[in-house]
Amino acid sequence: MAIRTLDVAAIRKDFPIFETGIAYLDSANTSQRPRQVTGAMLEYFEKFNSNIHRAAYRIAEEATVRYEATREKVRAFINAASTKEIVYTRGTTEAINLVAYAWGRKNIKQGDLIVLTIIDHHSNIVPWQILAAEKDARIEYVDIDDRGELRRDQFAELLNRGPKLVAFNLVSNALGTINPAHEMVAAAKRVGATVLVDGAQSTPHQPIDVRALGCDFYAFSGHKMLGPTGAGILYGRREVLEAMDPFMAGGDMIKTVRVEETTYHDLPWKFEAGTQAIAEVIGLGAAVDYLNDLGMDAVRAHELDITEYAYEALSDVDGLTVYGPPPSRRAGVISFSLDGIHPHDLATIADRDQVCLRAGHHCAMPLMTRLGVAATARASFYVYTQKDEVDRLVSSIKEAQRIFA
Amino acid sequence: MMATADDQFYREYIIDHYKHPRNYGRLEHPDISHEEDNPLCGDVVGMDFRVTDGVIEDVRFHGRGCAISQASASLLTERLKGMPLDEAKKINKDDVLGELGIDISPARIKCALLSLKVLKVGAYGLADIDEE
Repeated sequence: MAIRTLDVAAIRKDFPIFETGIAYLDSANTSQRPRQVTGAMLEYFEKFNSNIHRAAYRIAEEATVRYEATREKVRAFINAASTKEIVYTRGTTEAINLVAYAWGRKNIKQGDLIVLTIIDHHSNIVPWQILAAEKDARIEYVDIDDRGELRRDQFAELLNRGPKLVAFNLVSNALGTINPAHEMVAAAKRVGATVLVDGAQSTPHQPIDVRALGCDFYAFSGHKMLGPTGAGILYGRREVLEAMDPFMAGGDMIKTVRVEETTYHDLPWKFEAGTQAIAEVIGLGAAVDYLNDLGMDAVRAHELDITEYAYEALSDVDGLTVYGPPPSRRAGVISFSLDGIHPHDLATIADRDQVCLRAGHHCAMPLMTRLGVAATARASFYVYTQKDEVDRLVSSIKEAQRIFA
Repeated sequence: MMATADDQFYREYIIDHYKHPRNYGRLEHPDISHEEDNPLCGDVVGMDFRVTDGVIEDVRFHGRGCAISQASASLLTERLKGMPLDEAKKINKDDVLGELGIDISPARIKCALLSLKVLKVGAYGLADIDEE
């Protein structure tokens, strides 16, 4: 079956922000949001703004239905078995913290091994460091090779030591490396590990099937996939979630509360305490609809096309070093550095040309240390990225080189 | 379409101080030595001072990072040489930004003021030692 081609010009019309003339090359940080998403949120605020799950009147019913509808959309989007496995969080960070707290505290014991990777985002490192310190557990990191890809030999070696938990990102936010997640999960499951996959950078950009992946947990954020900030997802296999205690405690996560004892709500609401980000969750549902209309295979194909174009254009620039694997094994992310020009100076000069470029450590300081750099510049792409934005980046780079010559 | 503001922001003397930093290096047996970093972008600035009779007789800086952080440090060392330490302590944010002579966006202000932080912490650190 032929993969559809994205009509980028038509897509861009759904994103009013592009009328400002910016070249937006920071979608790995946060994506832009189409009118369909902001419109769904506005509709909630203007037509049925109310709290969910607890009121008897019609607009509250409407809010609850729309809020819960996102759960089914997300379930289908990542092919989970049940909506009970779809827990709303504020984003990937909260999802991972939820697991570290509610699963980790119960299951990680003294001397247990946790395996992470050197290309993980801080949000998939720091919660485990805190847990390991508390439980006196150990953490080992899978290293990368010279192309920025995980060392499978070392990964296999670490698995032989019987880790209790293996957690890694499907796609590196800093290098764009697409990890061989299916193989990694299967290998980790064979040695009996619980597996968490950080899907923050993969879910927006390629088809995801959590059941085919076989992981126990899968976390991602809405704001990197055309949705608003403040709404994200933790997928957890039902039996694993069932065995966990709550994360946050309070209203809405309970069945009955008596002064002597409380019984918790069923999945997934057991993990959703307090008034939720209702508008944001509704917005996330609209984002999933939007991506489904485009088709995730078409999204990936478009990004590969842009990434190949950018990879070539950037590789042609004198004094520019690109980090990470070739385009076929990377998502729409290119990290690079320039001889004699600090990434922040480049980003400032690019900004004067309305080119939005990320500069810094990308919340991956262990990786930056491993690469021997303090920071890199990073361009990242999405459904609305067009080649002329890449051309504008190359012009900004050349302008920076002229200024610093 | 290139904005001309680039050239105003990265004025020639800033690029010059970045590429040819003044008073760059280390002092042997400094009276004050202090280093600070900006973890967000990896900028590092350290300064060594020789202080005689309360006057900064010599100063060197070292570090790495963006043009703004390094040029700002270079400019600051030029000002500090021969200055009484008490006077150096009074140098403030506006003095440093004024010397840079450009509009610094909020995102880059930490870069511009990193060397001032080194001076402040270093200079006041010495004062503490004196009191002991």
